[in-house]
Amino acid sequence: MVKSRPFSFSKVMLVLGLLFLYLPMFVLIVYSFNASRLVSVWAGFSTHWYGELFRDQQILSAVWMSLKIAFYSASMAVCLGTLCAFVMTRFKRIRGRTLLSSMISAPLVMPEVITGLSLLLLFVQMAQTIGWPVDRGMATIWIAHTTFCSAYVAVVVSARLREVDRSMEEAAMDLGCTPFKTFFVITLPVIMPALVSGWLLAFTLSLDDLVIASFVSGPGATTLPMVVFSSVRMGVSPKINALAALIILAVSLIAFIAWYLMWRAEKRRRGEA
Amino acid sequence: MANKLMPAPLMERVRSVVFHRRVVFGIPFLWLLLFFLLPFALVLKISFSSAVMAIPPYEPVFSFVDNTFSVVVNFSNYLFLLSDSLYIAAYWGSVKIAFIATLVCLLIGYPMAYAMARASARVQLVLLLMVMLPSWTSFLIRVYAWMGILGNQGLMNNLLMWLGVINAPLKMLNTNFAVVLGIAYAYLPFMVLPIYTNLVKLDVRLLEAASDLGCRSLTTFWAITLPLSKAGIIAGSMLVFIPAVGEFVIPELLGGPDTLMIGKVLWEEFFNNRDWPVASSLAMVMLALLLIPIVLFHRFQAREMEKDG
Repeated sequence: MVKSRPFSFSKVMLVLGLLFLYLPMFVLIVYSFNASRLVSVWAGFSTHWYGELFRDQQILSAVWMSLKIAFYSASMAVCLGTLCAFVMTRFKRIRGRTLLSSMISAPLVMPEVITGLSLLLLFVQMAQTIGWPVDRGMATIWIAHTTFCSAYVAVVVSARLREVDRSMEEAAMDLGCTPFKTFFVITLPVIMPALVSGWLLAFTLSLDDLVIASFVSGPGATTLPMVVFSSVRMGVSPKINALAALIILAVSLIAFIAWYLMWRAEKRRRGEA
Repeated sequence: MANKLMPAPLMERVRSVVFHRRVVFGIPFLWLLLFFLLPFALVLKISFSSAVMAIPPYEPVFSFVDNTFSVVVNFSNYLFLLSDSLYIAAYWGSVKIAFIATLVCLLIGYPMAYAMARASARVQLVLLLMVMLPSWTSFLIRVYAWMGILGNQGLMNNLLMWLGVINAPLKMLNTNFAVVLGIAYAYLPFMVLPIYTNLVKLDVRLLEAASDLGCRSLTTFWAITLPLSKAGIIAGSMLVFIPAVGEFVIPELLGGPDTLMIGKVLWEEFFNNRDWPVASSLAMVMLALLLIPIVLFHRFQAREMEKDG
């Protein structure tokens, strides 16, 4: 038997590693309730900075802009990512498959400055050649975010598609269902939890992106990370602390929901087996 | 003829399947071709151009004047990158910092993944969420958190002074140390997850056999566990190393004036100097440097995605 000691080196490292991941965020949340303008000096509990935050029109409109872009990007990324995952897991011998698989996995590691620069040059070229986009803004950020988020969705969905029992699909096809109908009636309901968590992942990724959005955005569209970044460059500020605490809580909630959906699907599947 | 071998309705079915497959394949393929591959061709093109005061701020490479098609290829940007030691130092600095940070991630992340894979199935799910959650939370905010901790008046210095370890504040923020720490912190989940996925599939019977045959646990680890988790280590390391080389936010916020990283230099060339051709050639050289790591990662990823359940 393989022995399992209560205090092995790896367990100690796991606890330390998790502390390393969570302590800085915890500190940030605590300091967001600091009454003092000086971030390092504790001057008692206060929700003053949260009030300031909600009176800041620039931040509020950036939040709204970011949420809209994230919603549209995540929705489109789920469509494209699912199609890619389908090709990767089901079409073993189609021409151009290797190229598609390279194009879908490269954005996962591509440095953001390169992706951002290359897309901007594309939009500039397109504006010259076909006259669109006239102004860069929401639409160009949407295209950029959709492209890199699809890669993440494809990973999540293909993991699920691989595990789907294909006998049901084959039965439906044998009984005369078109591949299109088979997908919507049989496959889609089974992979739904993966689509939802893929959508949520894409949503948070889009919400979070600073570098790519900075390249492809125009003067009209300022997203939340762009506002945060320009303020943070000047140093630590209590208002940004309050905003950061809210973002951490909101994103944690979304991530938790995504995780819970996957977990429930997993449990149900194990129950069936 | 095919329809002599196949009855007409079946032929119809085959056609419909082929059509559906083409549509399913074609939509994402065209999208990625247009918005992922074509842009790289443009970066390559503009890297051979030269900067001018115009909109867009570069000279055309291909031109069609007086019915003659001409191509003006200009290698001066690449020669400029070689002649100025700043750029070579920035590439070297990026690779060095990304390498150290990847190593730190591996040293912390491997034991974490190992402990996770050994936990009970129920605990594993919770641990998985705990490791994944930070990677979903805002990257910018998590880097920002370290600004408050590492600053001269920050939490860390106050703590160390209170403990009596140091008398005067240490300069930690705006140093290369802070950049390595920031990268290791931000990318740690990306190291843990692939190694964990790999270790959890490890056949426990191999370890039992080794133990039954009198292998000590450390020897078993070196002889069996570590070699079998090689794919996870490579994937995790590439997921950290490649984006870290081009990182902009972390060196900008946590690094100092002596922190030279190529992502930051590219950003400044583009936004501050408005020299798009030089920024493009910087991007092309960075891509060339990262080509081998990207191919390594791609091979792993393709194998993962194509495996049957």
